[in-house]
Amino acid sequence: MNWNSPAEFFAMGGYGLYVWGSFGVTLVVMIAEPFLVRHRRSAILRSLRRERIAEELDQQ
Amino acid sequence: MNNKIINWFRYASPQSFYPLAGRMVPWFWALTAAFGVVGLYISFFVAPTDAQQGEGYRIIFIHVPASWMSMFIYCVMAAWAGLGLIFNTRLSGMMASALAPTGALMAFLSLWTGALWGKPMWGAWWVWDARLTSELILFFLYIGFIALQSAIDDPRRADKAGAILALVGVVNIPIIYFSVKWWNTLHQGSTINLTKAPSMAQTMLWGMLLMALCFWMYSIAVALMRARAIILERETHTEWVKQLVEVKS
Amino acid sequence: MKSMLAIIRRDLLLAMRRKSEVLTALFFFMIVVSLFPLGIGPEPALLRKIAPGVLWVAALLATMLGLQRMFAPDHADGTLEQMALSPTPLGLLVGGKIAAHWLVSGLPLVLLAPVLGLQFDLDAGALGVLVVTLLVGTPLLSLIGAIGAALTLGIRGGGVLLSLLVLPLYVPALIFGAGAVDAHISGLGAGGHLSLLAALLALAVFFAPWATTAALRIALE
Repeated sequence: MNWNSPAEFFAMGGYGLYVWGSFGVTLVVMIAEPFLVRHRRSAILRSLRRERIAEELDQQ
Repeated sequence: MNNKIINWFRYASPQSFYPLAGRMVPWFWALTAAFGVVGLYISFFVAPTDAQQGEGYRIIFIHVPASWMSMFIYCVMAAWAGLGLIFNTRLSGMMASALAPTGALMAFLSLWTGALWGKPMWGAWWVWDARLTSELILFFLYIGFIALQSAIDDPRRADKAGAILALVGVVNIPIIYFSVKWWNTLHQGSTINLTKAPSMAQTMLWGMLLMALCFWMYSIAVALMRARAIILERETHTEWVKQLVEVKS
Repeated sequence: MKSMLAIIRRDLLLAMRRKSEVLTALFFFMIVVSLFPLGIGPEPALLRKIAPGVLWVAALLATMLGLQRMFAPDHADGTLEQMALSPTPLGLLVGGKIAAHWLVSGLPLVLLAPVLGLQFDLDAGALGVLVVTLLVGTPLLSLIGAIGAALTLGIRGGGVLLSLLVLPLYVPALIFGAGAVDAHISGLGAGGHLSLLAALLALAVFFAPWATTAALRIALE
């Protein structure tokens, strides 16, 4: 085990800013990207659904 | 023999690829999480403190996988692009454009973590180190690819133009890397070389490999998701899209 | 081969009719180069140090100016489609257009560069090496640029996009070109750089017209 206390873990031997800056940004980016992609897909699905409803109304 | 070929090409049509990709995505997410958890555990709790760089070296566990992925994704992109030009399949172009943003993101992460690593180790946020510089140019190549594709309205033309650019880029990447390395060695003194990994411990290597696998699975999962979105955007007016459960409900 | 020469002659004639464009690129080159001492200071030792890089970057940007017009006028009036349909391979005709572009916007830079080099206190040997690197390097720039020009043909915002696509690909030419002059000044000899630059040119002569042709066919579809 490398760490004796949580504080030591977060300090990263004085490199906390750099280590957590790297891992933090990577994590944020990797969470944000799938959400953006999902948003893109739901946007196109929404417009497809709207189109279908418009078509059905047309037929009536 | 004949059957096999037909089977392969069956999945090359967007219509049959769309549900297949949808079924694969959760599995890749599960693998991403699994590799990520184990990889992070090894990176932080098993891998020992480095003798020279202290705890700061732990950035390597994401910096190296991100750099690998940024280069690898470009090659995969170029391969899809080449396939698209040869066989004229629609899916290839979609896969290439689905991969590009993820590749650019990996290049960005590699630069970002490189800067954060450089500050404590070299004393500067940015050093004109051969590998960092090539990574920056790779990032520009990704941006060029994305910009070219988004500037062309006709998706078929965008695919083909992007394919040519990707192929030209993939021929150029080794040349650029070599030239930057050559330039770097000639202008020595301004840089400190950190190439020699300080006799990496076995556990460090394992951590890095697991994190690299995690990044792989992540890239595949996101690219498949994006490919699905692109398929829907491009095939809006086809019958099979109108019959999809997602659209009907 | 004959039709290739005809294309070159035609493009040169057209360029002569619009002299202002050629001269604009040339003056752009001069002005950019002259701006650097004003921004950095007139210290001769410093100027000698930055001269190869400055001259090369300025040459790179100056050749970019004419790139967009390489195919655009022919595309607009339908000449390009005629070329694609003609029995002569399109690659040869494209090669002719690239050669014409170099003669119009590359060669003048090569001839002007030694004069501008004097502003930076370069000695005769270094000026000679500079001219040789530009002589080998500017055709390379035209060849790579042609791919970008063909890819961005008829696209909105093509000009800025073109520079975004092409400039990263210019990096090796810049490194070896400016590096050769640098190496000569520092007494290392420019041979290695120059032969690598020539190797790149040979590679580009084979592949660039081919890629440009493919890109043009896509734009014409």
